[in-house]
Amino acid sequence: MTATEVLVTRGRRSPARAERAPKRKTPHKGAIAIFAGPFGILFLLFYLIPIGYAVWQSLLVVERDGTYGAPQEVFGGLTQYLLVFQNAPFWESVGRVLLFGVVQVPVMLGLALIFALLLDSPALKGKKFFRLAFFAPYAVPGVIAAIMWGFLYSPNLSPFTDVTRSIDFLSPELVLWSIANVVTWVFVGYNMLIIYSALLAIPSEVYEAARLDGAGQIRIAWSIKIPMVAPAIVLTAVFSIIGTLQLLAEPQVFRSFSAAVSSTYTPNMTIYATNAIPNTHLAAAFSVVLALATFALSFTFLKATQRKATQ
Amino acid sequence: MSLLTRTAGATPDDFAPTRRRGPRESMLSRGASLLVMGVFTLYFLVPIWWLFIASTKDRGDLLTTPALWFADWNFFQNVGDLITYNDGIYLRWLLNSLGYAGIGALLATIVAGMCGYALAKYRFRGRETFFNIVLGGVLVPATALALPLFLLFSQVNLTNTFWAVLLPSIVSPFGVYLSRIYAASSVPDELIEAGRIDGAGEVRTFFTVSVRLMTPALVTVFLFQFVTIWNNFFLPLIMLRSQELFPVTFGLYGWNTQLNQIPELRTYVLVGSFLSIVPLIIAFLLLQRFWRNGLGTGSVK
Repeated sequence: MTATEVLVTRGRRSPARAERAPKRKTPHKGAIAIFAGPFGILFLLFYLIPIGYAVWQSLLVVERDGTYGAPQEVFGGLTQYLLVFQNAPFWESVGRVLLFGVVQVPVMLGLALIFALLLDSPALKGKKFFRLAFFAPYAVPGVIAAIMWGFLYSPNLSPFTDVTRSIDFLSPELVLWSIANVVTWVFVGYNMLIIYSALLAIPSEVYEAARLDGAGQIRIAWSIKIPMVAPAIVLTAVFSIIGTLQLLAEPQVFRSFSAAVSSTYTPNMTIYATNAIPNTHLAAAFSVVLALATFALSFTFLKATQRKATQ
Repeated sequence: MSLLTRTAGATPDDFAPTRRRGPRESMLSRGASLLVMGVFTLYFLVPIWWLFIASTKDRGDLLTTPALWFADWNFFQNVGDLITYNDGIYLRWLLNSLGYAGIGALLATIVAGMCGYALAKYRFRGRETFFNIVLGGVLVPATALALPLFLLFSQVNLTNTFWAVLLPSIVSPFGVYLSRIYAASSVPDELIEAGRIDGAGEVRTFFTVSVRLMTPALVTVFLFQFVTIWNNFFLPLIMLRSQELFPVTFGLYGWNTQLNQIPELRTYVLVGSFLSIVPLIIAFLLLQRFWRNGLGTGSVK
């Protein structure tokens, strides 16, 4: 735009428009509303308002006039949260899923990384077949996978009775790791694909340079590939952490195979059981605490690894 | 390749020290990697194979014949029993799952695609705040929302309805995130400008031009959301009481909990499980290309 053009356009403007000019009117407001509006409204209705409502519910307590009086909901401040902190089964369940996550997530992601590196290495034949075979379990919903493995573990029903007679996979000591195996079985292939597609995105010139420097395949994997797919690994780790804290379907199914799985085995099961009693307000407080913990943990992990990466 | 080069007359001295060891090393690592992948192929596929075999057997054969190979072929008999049991409730569940996941994922994709596009291609006040809140939504797991949704839906008498499971499934923050990234890199601003000059409205430009360029991302969003809804467990668990509304996974879960009282359900659980995963596995394998692309887009940024 030349100076004269600017002058001309300025001159044409009405005083009122000139006054508003510094605010910069947003063009295409209607289109933006049409495009972003539906999601905005749905997000408000089915994400933000429910969360707000749960927070509100968690701040109420039920009071009765005498022993047999009509129940009444009154504001109780943080009463429910005090109960949450005194609730031993809930904290046991939190400890259980944390233990689960500390072991299962690294094992699963370690395997996923190894498989992805093998798929990416020139040494492996039949890549397409392995990719399909490893990813197939992801098509099995958690409930179905748990039912299937539940049968495989059961001493009488298992096709591997020789194994299940000597090892009781459904015993109180082992059942947590039997569930970990189900989760790993379902999700390794999925995580493998995320890391593998990140590997495919690495430009081949990087390898050429490394090869000229005399680096072997393992050295290339360790010093180039793994650092370059670190963001993908972080992403899979965050989703795995969220998944671990929210564990529900698999242990819920295992209740019908093993007496060792209680109704408060994981935090989400505790929430469900508490709500079913019914103790809505305590259940709401549980879910607020769990949601905050999930959010805080995955966010912290994300931030911590990002800082490490930039150093 | 290296074998060919060697037979073409090159002497070992032609190679640098590391490369001379190359072929032998790669024979070894070739074998080792095949072994690792082979063993894990068994780990991943044997359970599915067992489920298939189990669903071809009658109740007696299930416990008395080798588990990983066929006995008498009773598959169609089993399927017939399954789909007629309890007035065909199993087919009803399958249809429900298809309804929840199909309709839910389709609407979620449209809504998220439009929103991601708006975030990528228009500047407006509060855009980044909006996007950051949505990103926060990605970190809030669906299961954490199940109870709050239940509490809210009980207030408006929506629990135990089709809508109770469908409506929350239409919101996909991850879909918005993916659509924004993809639209920003694949829909050129010049194209939208050209549309404007031609006099096409913004909405028309989106649906005729931009959607086509965004197809890979939109397919990915659809697949992700379809699987998420299909696998969702907490929402049906907490919302639904009537059997006729159950998705198939939840129906099978219900049968599985009754195995002690009604042992004949065992065959139905196994055949039902197998039937419910076959279409998904086929769809997955066919659409794998889209998964890879989508996963890549999501992880690189």
